[in-house]
Amino acid sequence: MSKPREVLLDPLIDNNPIGLQVLGICSALAVTTKLETAVVMSVAVLFVLAGSCTAVSLLRHHIPSSVRIVTQLTIIASLVMIADQVLRAYVYEISLQLSVFVGLIITNCIIMGRCEAFAMQNRPWLSFLDAVGNAAGYALVLILVAAFRELFGTGKLLNMTVLPTVSEGGWYVPNGLMVLAPAAFILIGCFIWVVRILRPEQVEEELHVGALLEPGYEGDLR
Amino acid sequence: MWEHYLSLVTKAIFVENMALAFFLGMCSFLAISRKVETAFGLGLAVVFVLGVTCPLNQWLHKHLLEEGALAWLPGGEGVNLSFLTYLVLIGTIAAVVQIVEMVIDRFVPVLYGSLGVFLPLIAVNCAILGGSLFIVRRDYTFGEAAAFGLGSGIGFALAIVALAAVRERLRYSNVPAPLRGLGITFIVVGLMAIGFMSFSGIQL
Repeated sequence: MSKPREVLLDPLIDNNPIGLQVLGICSALAVTTKLETAVVMSVAVLFVLAGSCTAVSLLRHHIPSSVRIVTQLTIIASLVMIADQVLRAYVYEISLQLSVFVGLIITNCIIMGRCEAFAMQNRPWLSFLDAVGNAAGYALVLILVAAFRELFGTGKLLNMTVLPTVSEGGWYVPNGLMVLAPAAFILIGCFIWVVRILRPEQVEEELHVGALLEPGYEGDLR
Repeated sequence: MWEHYLSLVTKAIFVENMALAFFLGMCSFLAISRKVETAFGLGLAVVFVLGVTCPLNQWLHKHLLEEGALAWLPGGEGVNLSFLTYLVLIGTIAAVVQIVEMVIDRFVPVLYGSLGVFLPLIAVNCAILGGSLFIVRRDYTFGEAAAFGLGSGIGFALAIVALAAVRERLRYSNVPAPLRGLGITFIVVGLMAIGFMSFSGIQL
């Protein structure tokens, strides 16, 4: 596989940002009660991630390493501001449902993580592809979880009735747990389980990626 | 009066727990919860930073960014800088974290030894920015913001220490191999969140 293709497709399953790198989980859980919000959130993250990785990569020779975190945060925050204003202008209802989570894209670790680990060392085009790949991997998990939660929690998908619920004269008894917070955790846990059954090389014996955040860890972010 | 603040703190700790009800700060919540000791250090740092940044950001938003906040300036009546909110909030947080780090290093080196490594991570912890955003959105006063910040910090610390304790015990159990590590942690957190849901609806 050629390098650009690898960079683009690798984060989908083999190196999924949520499943393997433990990045960007906060928003992944909170916006997945409905498919609609999950899709909008994924698009916003795609925009911010692609924009900031490309910008950071273009500037990578000019950013002094002592202030790189602040510089990256400023770039990301500016892009998030744009995304937020656009969402408010065009899809106001959904932006209300997303509430603070659009703002929280700033601190979404996927973005910082990819800027820091990839864009600082690579050419703009590769960084852009890496960003798109990671955003797609993120979106994949988000949309799967949201589809599950909306379908089994309310019997609908994108506000269209799929399983007619009992309260509307149908047969399906909605699973109330699905719309509540804990279901998201359990579903992502199961998602990771399934992926690791299919890809046994991802199984962790004792350590996992979190080790890089612990004191004393010295190694590459990959 | 005091009851109001007390109920705000209790609510922030239990009912609206940052980690288990709003999923904020999840990345560090999952990554740094393998040992109780380190989890406690991170929790302490979060309490500290949330307690400082929440009231500070509330003040800045009230007196700088809100519509009409600059009315005391000549020609500032109609100025609305609220589109700059994110930039100002995250800038304040990054600056506070940096200052806190330097102050602790200078005056309480012992504390720095245990907190130091976590402080840079906290600048990008969603729980911190989330706290400030909630305050802006809910229009808290300065005192309320301080109480909310402190309460949510304690709530986060409580949750992460509890999770770390569970995970330390988990090492002795025989988890299916593909579920080991991250997978089972997610499910444990889900169960903890169900536990914390029993607090919801409590009015103080």
